[in-house]
Amino acid sequence: MSDWSKALGAFAPAGADSPTISGNRGLQIEEPLLFEQDMAGRSGVDLPPPPDVTDRLGALRRERPIGLPGLSEPQVVRHFTRLSQKNYAIDSGLYPLGSCTMKHNPRLNEKLARLPGFAELHPLQPPATVQGALELIDTLAHWLKVLTGMPALALSPAAGAHGELCGLMCIRAALDTRGESRKRVLVPESAHGTNPATAALAGFTVDPIPANERGRVDLAALKAKLGPDVAAIMITNPNTCGLFENEIIAIAEAIHGVGAYFYCDGANFNAIVGRVRPADLGIDCMHINLHKTFSTPHGGGGPGAGPVVLAASLAPFAPLPWIVHGREGFRLIEAAEGEARQALGRLKAFHGQMGMFVRALAYMMSHGADGLRQASADAVLNANYLLVRLDDVLTPSFPGPCMHEVLFDDRSLKDTGVTTLDLAKALIDEGYHPMTMYFPLVVHGAMLIEPTETESKETLDRFIAVMRGLVAKARRKESTAFHAAPQLTPRRRLDETAAARKPVLRWRPTVPPPSKAAE
Amino acid sequence: MRYLPLTDADRSAMLAAIGAPSMDALFADVPPAAQVKGLFDLPRAMGEIEVERALAQLAAKNLPTGAAASFLGCGAYRHHIPAAVDHLIQRGEFLTSYTPYQPEISQGTLQMLFEFQTQVALITGMDVANASMYDGATACAEAVMMANRLTHRKKTILAGDLHPHYRDTTLTYARFAGFDIVARAPQPDTPENIAALVSEEVACVVVQNPGAFGHVHDLAPLAEACHKRGALLVVAVTEVISLGLIKSPGEMGADIVVAEGQSLGNALSFGGPYVGLFATRDKFVRQMPGRLAGETVDAEGRRGWVLTLSTREQHIRREKATSNICTNSGLCALAFTIHLALLGEAGFTRLAAINHARAIGVAEQVAAIPGIRLLTPTFFNEFTLRLPRPVAPVVDALAKRGVLAGVPASRLWPDAGLDDLLIVAVTELNTDEDAAALAEGLREVLR
Amino acid sequence: MSTVKYTRDHEWIRVDADTAVIGITDYAQTQLGDVVYVELPAVGRRVEKGKEAAVVESVKAASEVYAPVSGEVIAINDALSGEPGKVNADPMGEGWFLKLRIANAKELDELLDEAAYQSFVEGLH
Repeated sequence: MSDWSKALGAFAPAGADSPTISGNRGLQIEEPLLFEQDMAGRSGVDLPPPPDVTDRLGALRRERPIGLPGLSEPQVVRHFTRLSQKNYAIDSGLYPLGSCTMKHNPRLNEKLARLPGFAELHPLQPPATVQGALELIDTLAHWLKVLTGMPALALSPAAGAHGELCGLMCIRAALDTRGESRKRVLVPESAHGTNPATAALAGFTVDPIPANERGRVDLAALKAKLGPDVAAIMITNPNTCGLFENEIIAIAEAIHGVGAYFYCDGANFNAIVGRVRPADLGIDCMHINLHKTFSTPHGGGGPGAGPVVLAASLAPFAPLPWIVHGREGFRLIEAAEGEARQALGRLKAFHGQMGMFVRALAYMMSHGADGLRQASADAVLNANYLLVRLDDVLTPSFPGPCMHEVLFDDRSLKDTGVTTLDLAKALIDEGYHPMTMYFPLVVHGAMLIEPTETESKETLDRFIAVMRGLVAKARRKESTAFHAAPQLTPRRRLDETAAARKPVLRWRPTVPPPSKAAE
Repeated sequence: MRYLPLTDADRSAMLAAIGAPSMDALFADVPPAAQVKGLFDLPRAMGEIEVERALAQLAAKNLPTGAAASFLGCGAYRHHIPAAVDHLIQRGEFLTSYTPYQPEISQGTLQMLFEFQTQVALITGMDVANASMYDGATACAEAVMMANRLTHRKKTILAGDLHPHYRDTTLTYARFAGFDIVARAPQPDTPENIAALVSEEVACVVVQNPGAFGHVHDLAPLAEACHKRGALLVVAVTEVISLGLIKSPGEMGADIVVAEGQSLGNALSFGGPYVGLFATRDKFVRQMPGRLAGETVDAEGRRGWVLTLSTREQHIRREKATSNICTNSGLCALAFTIHLALLGEAGFTRLAAINHARAIGVAEQVAAIPGIRLLTPTFFNEFTLRLPRPVAPVVDALAKRGVLAGVPASRLWPDAGLDDLLIVAVTELNTDEDAAALAEGLREVLR
Repeated sequence: MSTVKYTRDHEWIRVDADTAVIGITDYAQTQLGDVVYVELPAVGRRVEKGKEAAVVESVKAASEVYAPVSGEVIAINDALSGEPGKVNADPMGEGWFLKLRIANAKELDELLDEAAYQSFVEGLH
């Protein structure tokens, strides 16, 4: 199935509007699926013929073809190069996606993660042959413990949500050990969706707590919800409105007062790293998104890494494996016995996201204690600069100052016919990735803007000018142009309703091979 | 600091614009008692030269598999990664982009995920696959939770030769979710008869193929037994290259297939990051966890891709979501997709055949050593040997000679009486010299 | 002769003797946007007043549909699986969700009539 004319037909713009014959637009080149470029006999890898042996598969040798397409190396390289050119990225420009922390990804970190001494290590090598790797993880743990003031670290969680699960499971295990079956977890209404989803997955029930008019947890409402059945509270700090929970110490005291634990979602740790130690706020455990605060690349949606720092009360329950100092160097504890007898068990295979540990440590060492403190300050400075430069044209949801990100709502767009979504799509045509939209849910038409510390003042000034221009355009009642945006992208707005009503989740050959008929 | 563009002049100008007297004033909401005034007790900033030197020194303390004769497997395999793979995944537009929430400027990632989903569905023999999970073990735990949701039953049977890390991850997830897991003890010598255990209470049975000791299983009879009693068959695959040569789980009747995709495109990297594959039948798609890319059209009628069926996910369903997963393993999935695109049908099946043939060659060579017995009559590229004495010290002794002989079964099943078993994996990267070094080493150490 | 009543969760119920047809209101479908999927209960299932009877999904939202009264499901609208858009196009007609045999007719008294529901909806703005 390599009918190029047919494959291209799928891309030809509808009607006579296409400015080109090919459907391409200069550097934007249409690219069929891999499966539409198949030519039997092609391969992008040269392998010798296999030695002639009698197989040892029982009678389970595959008989049917798989249906994978054959392409040569130049075709594959071109295919993925063209696909890459349809993506926006931090490398391309400002990516102010609030709460996601899209900052520069240093290339040194990529280089170091690829050193054979890290990249070519098997997770089950004898520990004596991986002492440098264990030392690296131990060093990373030391940095994280010093920066958070917490005594212990669970290293295996693979992402932020996985870290949340780790933390809540440690809390469940600690409660079990205390012989208590507390089931209620308090979660602010402004919380990220993973918080309630994680609490439910760990076997808790979720009880929402409202925000006050200042965008913080309503302490009185929180206190009214406290009781002997409360297991924990999950708070993001700085919170999802970009604000520091200034009553956090009182919150921690209230939570501890009823014997519950304080889980902190560390998604926004980047705002305070090097300046505030979560331990001093009364936090019992917190995950750290290495892909946010410590700039391991987001990679189009993972892989991340979400190690969890733990207070002494939760440390015995940290999941396996543990890395400990032994007489003959570092030791890996891989079974729940001895000092690790209360360990949770495993949260994933092997020892965590080593490739991300290398990158995060390189990032921390590059910054040093001084650079990290400067980075969080610059992140907060950049966000506050956007706030003051935009607060006369957009409506800040809460009075400032903000931390590393600034939250506006859509009141300023009232009666313009332009929504938050329209404004975001117009920003795309202007060459920017939009801010986070419609999150947090506690304000109407939320726009959460996080510039990060790796943007220059010139970049911010240009962005501010564009934003002001767009709002002015909206106020001139030019909403039609907004509704049509984006117009200059590889694709215009996509029909998500059609995608969800009749899901097409994979490519299928137009004529199924006859051998498939048996199904 | 080379990553921070603001100059002191910028900072002063910006503070003035804000009306803040100092940087510290921006942190006024932080309780003073919790503000650290000075620098933390950590090293100061370093240049590229210093950082590179420090980490290279740590790297030098390790024995990379490439510098040894390595026969390590058990869920992580050393395969050749074509040079184009790493070049392409380091393009900044892939490496430094986020989840494709804005489809108009993320068509590259979205089309790639659609291709990944299709490749995974094809090699597993299933209808549909998601955009990936953290790794094979977490995918396995998610599959068990999905089977519980689908069947409204709470009991799961894990085969004795399911990778212990997959077993333990599933047990951890199940512990607090209130699922009842029956984890069977490993029986490397005798075939397990799980079909006889499947009752009307069972939500799913999880089996690994090839098993953790290497056995290749015919799953069709078990699938039939499961389906007769309304249970689902979950098949875990830790070595995806095997799917190029072995009948797919889908063909044998699996309802959910989970796999570790590391073998395609991804470095060993001491255990992570890897990429979990998750595939199922069309009719179960609404209970599937994880992200999905789907086909649609844009405002001009042109084909394009979006994230779809997100109402299953945590950002919409919150505590009622199918999973708390919020990400996938995007860049690892990309590496997988590029590697498999390069291989194609011909390359993938040939690569699998080479792995199998080389493993047979090594198995025959070492099984001929007096005192060593091959325990797995069938296998793909990994087999189990019974040695005449505890394996762990043998492995340590061989490591000192630059031979990473395999994984002692006691490392994965510490208290199961399997101290004399060695699990050996062979791939296309193992040379005849490697095989000779292994055989010679075993011969000498066992003498 | 049938009567239509409403809930504060934006379900409607059309009662005909001891059976009733249930769906979501025009206001509800407008708030949801394009409906892409409807999950309906099995025929024969007993549903309880105020508890989840169905789920309706748009691209960006998922919402439970609560049973206005208790009863046994005697029919469901199979057409919605192929054409969920009917909920948007004709919420009170072809976009119906399910039919119940009412267990306790007294529960109907607690529901809103047309005028009360309309003023409730107006109060939401």
